Amino acid sequence: MKREVPLFITAAAGLLIILSFFVPHQIVSVPADFLQQTALILRAFGFVLGGVNVLLVNFDAIYKRQPGWIYKVVLVASLIATVVIGAVEGRGFLNPGTRSKWIYDNLYANMSATMFALLAFFIASAAFRAFRIRTLEAGLLAVAAIIVMLGRVPLSNLLTAWLPEWARLQALQEWILNVPQNASKRAILMGAALGVMATGLRVILGIERTYLSGEE
Amino acid sequence: MPPLGACPRAQSAHGPRADRTRARFRQGLLSFALAVVPVAALAAALLAIAPAAALSDAPLPPSGLTWRDVPNDAGRAIALEWKASPADSSHPVTAYFVERATAPGGPWTLVDSVAAETHQKTDQGVRRDTQYYYRVTALGPGGVTPALSVTGPVVARSEWFNSTRWSVLVTTAMFFAFVLYFISQAQAGKKPFVRRIPGIDAIEEAVGRATEMGRPVLFIPGIRDINDIQTVAGLVILESVARLTAKYETPIAVPVSYPIPFTIAEEMVKSGYLHAGRPDQYDPSSVRFISPEQFAYVAAVTGIIMRDRPAAHIFMGSFYAESLLLAETGFATGAIQVAGTANIPQLPFFVVACDYTLIGEELYAASAYLSGEPKLVGSLKGGDLLKVVAIVVIVIGCALETAHIHWLAQWMVPR
Repeated sequence: MKREVPLFITAAAGLLIILSFFVPHQIVSVPADFLQQTALILRAFGFVLGGVNVLLVNFDAIYKRQPGWIYKVVLVASLIATVVIGAVEGRGFLNPGTRSKWIYDNLYANMSATMFALLAFFIASAAFRAFRIRTLEAGLLAVAAIIVMLGRVPLSNLLTAWLPEWARLQALQEWILNVPQNASKRAILMGAALGVMATGLRVILGIERTYLSGEE
Repeated sequence: MPPLGACPRAQSAHGPRADRTRARFRQGLLSFALAVVPVAALAAALLAIAPAAALSDAPLPPSGLTWRDVPNDAGRAIALEWKASPADSSHPVTAYFVERATAPGGPWTLVDSVAAETHQKTDQGVRRDTQYYYRVTALGPGGVTPALSVTGPVVARSEWFNSTRWSVLVTTAMFFAFVLYFISQAQAGKKPFVRRIPGIDAIEEAVGRATEMGRPVLFIPGIRDINDIQTVAGLVILESVARLTAKYETPIAVPVSYPIPFTIAEEMVKSGYLHAGRPDQYDPSSVRFISPEQFAYVAAVTGIIMRDRPAAHIFMGSFYAESLLLAETGFATGAIQVAGTANIPQLPFFVVACDYTLIGEELYAASAYLSGEPKLVGSLKGGDLLKVVAIVVIVIGCALETAHIHWLAQWMVPR
């Protein structure tokens, strides 16, 4: 029973959601909407569990004076301060002029943007490695990348203006993006879509039971 | 003595000359009044006419309001369309107001306002099987013109089948049939062939290397919530990885970005240790909830990578901009990295920065591949057969479209 009941619930909920994709009638759509709203409520409860885990893991590290424990003090203090300020400010906690909004705009948004900005440097280093021509495939990749990058800037028009229109860099980069790139992208997408269906079906039919954990 | 009651001013203090002056002044005043009064009256009349003149600038009312119940829905929308007000330079229209009532006489509720160029609106806030009445009024610089007429009663009804999804239904039914067929074949003892997937084979190699180096394994099940099927696929793989780490007695770290995947990841790791016969080695702090915020999560995970220096990084799930941040940081530490995602824009980043990459469907096939269970492998074969069908349909579709025969394309993607 410990495994059969969850399997039955999973199958029933999964089939109902699939059915709601084809049947818009309220007999199906109302319970399907209810299930989706229930998932949102469950998710909200999940955040309590997550918050407790953050506190437990970090308190433990602080207590044991693990390396970098002082940063964990900052983390725990920030977490508690943000939650308390947000709770005190209530529903409109992100309205202009609130302390929560100030924390978001002046601390969180800036730190987040800083992390995102690092991506530019990582792209540069990854591109440097990717374009090292060691094999035929790497060579093809590098040539295609150079054509696409050059073809998307006005300089390419200047450089290849003397060529027939189909041989200009701009036309070549459009062809690379629209034909071989798009074809391979769509092939991956179709394969992934079938994979999604297969995984969903395995879970609904109870063939895939790993997520239930525990002993058989 | 002046007579009693006589006005002292009436008496001339300055003689007859002053009296003449006063008489002239009175005449002037009278003339002024006679002149001013008609002007004032004219001005007043003009002022009185002015609002009427402004009303004449109000737009002309729109006409021909028609409605239809939006098809293939749960009876929650009504599409409205009307003919534009006959606008000219003296009756400009700036917007239309669509109003709704449950009785022809009101009270009216504003559904929405649309720009003057728009002559249709779908009201998506109606209750099914309820009678509504609609009217459309026009707004211009001269004011709002009352609606010409009221349209109704209008009723939205729910339908039993979404007729635009026949092709999806047929494909889904075929897929289910194929999968069930191959599962039954597998149960009968015919184990289907599955090609080698080097990326999945490399997971054991990565865990082995981490064991040799005495460092932990880092597993990241993507950064999306459990409603993303890639997260489910990643968590299923986590169980197999946890079995390996338990077998090799290597610590595992699993930072998770959402609370529901976090609880499932805990169960997966526990289950892996349990199935490996080493439940006592399970460390409750190995699975950590970090943050659903993308870059807060990246900051925490890159911190783990730089501090703890895991020897193997396994990224399996849904990734976005953080894919390269994590993989490049991992590359800098010299860890062996295996990634898998179905998010196509992130694949090039993983291919560049990781040693092995599972592309698209390989991520979903991983659990079946790792377990080797015939029933699970059977589901892979069902997907393969549907791919063959898809290729045939694409070729036929291309031929038909080239010959200007469009029924197949229209059936697949109804408009």
